[in-house]
Amino acid sequence: MAFANPNITAYAVEATEFPDLARRYRVTGVPKTVIDETVEILGGLPKDMYDEKALQNVGS
Amino acid sequence: MALLSTADQDKLRESFGEMTSNVRVLFFTQTLGCETCLHTRQILDELPALSDKIVIEEVNFVLEKERAAQYGIDRVPALALVAEDDTGEAADSRIRFLGAPSGYEFVSLVQAVLLVGGRSPSLTEENRQKLAAVTRPMTLQVFTTPT
Repeated sequence: MAFANPNITAYAVEATEFPDLARRYRVTGVPKTVIDETVEILGGLPKDMYDEKALQNVGS
Repeated sequence: MALLSTADQDKLRESFGEMTSNVRVLFFTQTLGCETCLHTRQILDELPALSDKIVIEEVNFVLEKERAAQYGIDRVPALALVAEDDTGEAADSRIRFLGAPSGYEFVSLVQAVLLVGGRSPSLTEENRQKLAAVTRPMTLQVFTTPT
């Protein structure tokens, strides 16, 4: 998604190495995706759903 | 000692052979107080041997704070993937890795390098058009654990 849109930056974060981040974003399982610190997605989603989640957040 | 088996090296060499542009991996690191920086370096050292299109550049996180800030890096080890065309012109992919890319994360790193290196994206044209609606900066963080 970062590759598709210059406004998007994507971080792959190793949760056990950075427990402060895991705590801050309430990572209770993986994969967990956090969009703009507000939208939280626990577990994997079908590819199209990530677009939807990203766009929902644009409207907010 | 190589971390990858000969068979894995051969497979990766073949995949990287499809790359059309160069990829510079900026490796943000520090000598002291970083448990996994050395391991990350060892993992990254495997890559340039498999493709002359992959370059690893070590960036000292302590001495080069401005560069780290430029790429949104506030901890180490961290990677930023940058595409480079033939003239050396660089384009930030905005793809980052925080923490050592070991286990399955190594696969993610390989996929990201291939993407930045010119392999066609897995997103469909429809996906891309929808994402065009994102017109202000957005940050995605995907948390994983070592496997």
